Amino acid sequence: MKLTDYEKAMYDGEHGRAKARAMDLLVRYGEALGAERLVETNNVAGAFNASTPSVQPIAQKGMEHVYSELNLDSDEVVEVPHMVAHTCQLITGIDNDNWELQGVDKSLVDMQRENEKFLGRRGVNMFATCTPYQVGNVPVKGEHCAWMESSAVIYCNSVLGARTNVEGKESTGAAALTGRIPYWGFHITENRRGTHLVELDIEVDDMMDWGLLGYYIGEVIGEDIPVIKGRSHQPDLVKLKHFGAAAASSGGVEMYHIPGITPEADTIEEAFGGRKIKGTFRYGAAERREAYEKLQSSTEKKVDFIMLGCPHNSIDQVALIAHLLEDKKIHPDVQLWVHTPRAIKQVAERNGYLDAIKDAGGVVMSDTCPAISRRLPQGTRVIATDSAKQAHYLPAITGVQGWFGSVRDCVDAALTGTWSGRA
Amino acid sequence: MDIATEMKPETVVLKGRKVVAGRAEGEALVTTETISGWGGINERTGTVIERRHEMRGVSFAGKILVFPGAKGSSGWSAYFHMTRLNGVQPQAMIFTRMTTKIALGAVVTRVPAITELDQDPLSVIETGDWVVVDADAGTVTVTKKKPA
Repeated sequence: MKLTDYEKAMYDGEHGRAKARAMDLLVRYGEALGAERLVETNNVAGAFNASTPSVQPIAQKGMEHVYSELNLDSDEVVEVPHMVAHTCQLITGIDNDNWELQGVDKSLVDMQRENEKFLGRRGVNMFATCTPYQVGNVPVKGEHCAWMESSAVIYCNSVLGARTNVEGKESTGAAALTGRIPYWGFHITENRRGTHLVELDIEVDDMMDWGLLGYYIGEVIGEDIPVIKGRSHQPDLVKLKHFGAAAASSGGVEMYHIPGITPEADTIEEAFGGRKIKGTFRYGAAERREAYEKLQSSTEKKVDFIMLGCPHNSIDQVALIAHLLEDKKIHPDVQLWVHTPRAIKQVAERNGYLDAIKDAGGVVMSDTCPAISRRLPQGTRVIATDSAKQAHYLPAITGVQGWFGSVRDCVDAALTGTWSGRA
Repeated sequence: MDIATEMKPETVVLKGRKVVAGRAEGEALVTTETISGWGGINERTGTVIERRHEMRGVSFAGKILVFPGAKGSSGWSAYFHMTRLNGVQPQAMIFTRMTTKIALGAVVTRVPAITELDQDPLSVIETGDWVVVDADAGTVTVTKKKPA
């Protein structure tokens, strides 16, 4: 791989051991990809935190050990300097306030807090959410980023027109210290064009509709780039957030175009940019039904846990849940957790949404989610969620049964203790 | 045809591009389905856990993993990284579809890895075949398992 003089100097250790190890990882990674060079980045969103039992033995040796092993893939333990790129922490495993409810051991909470201090001093900003674009990290069109979190990556590429591949814990760790990432994949203009045309035969309207569409598309096209034709409604942040998260869960979609809506194509032709269309498929009532059925993994109507807010909820979503719960009480056998970024939680508190949810018996969580933390209320057997992503992952990870539906279906199940959602 | 030739097991050599250097040999575990890292495997046992995956419940620990590649969450590399720290990583990876997840994942799993093969490894190699991966030479040598 071709390196600039400055990159070579970092690689050779002239700027310290941490950058040398970071460059070593970036070169191994770049060569594995077949990349010709690196590209500068000043926007890194990664997973730096220490919050799981498996990290504990490493963290006990010191936080430098955690960063060296898990964020740089380095056997050599290096002193970690200040990040050179603007860097933020994505979702973590522990809610710093609600850890007892999560059933987290105090020693893990202490580890996460100590690790946050370590990272904070080095410039890793503690957004602690899977949705950095909801709390201030909104890259501009064309900006080269190094982001993890598949639902954030697809949003960054498609909705914002910024450029990132799905990075990992180690590559973001190296990018944050060097301001470099392999110039490959979605950093390159030609690779951003559409591959498949998806023709909508039905209206795709609410958040659940968009989740189902995403889930269907991901399963059909894997990692290709869909171009969606025939939308009948203007989607907003929430709908596209859910659409992308679903498509990145059932498949590996990292970019899509909705001509006229997303910034890199005003027309179908522009979306394909002269690329040969690899395939065309239609999405109608039967396909929607198929996606819906694939997302249900429960046979039991009695639910015990309602999970809302994957990806983390916007303030409008929290407001809607508060409204639906106003002056009501959730069923005594049911727990309801609503997940939103800490910054949005503060707004929710000020607006009284937090109290409305709390008074009904629900909990507003931040920093984490059950799939990431692998922690659910004790004894949970059957969950319900408004997230296709969570319905896809949570049963696999934790062995529970799962229902997927609209936010109203889920709140209704929280109040009655019984699932009665409908496609 | 003399008996010696007849008895000789069938071998096939595929040529491809090195992703991660090194040489390994072992029994192939082949799936035509992509694998999720985070949420798709148990990093303590090396077992696939994804609902509806054809390899659900099967462990790739110590196997030559032959698969189309990675899908799903960006935790892919971190989870395969953990399989290495836990000693349940595959011995080598042979895959067909290059992505950042599989590239970084193979790098941090630190096992020989190879792609861009001149024949489709998913149809040439079957579970149980004996496979030698020489990533530096860019070769995959497949000895077909004896018919049962």
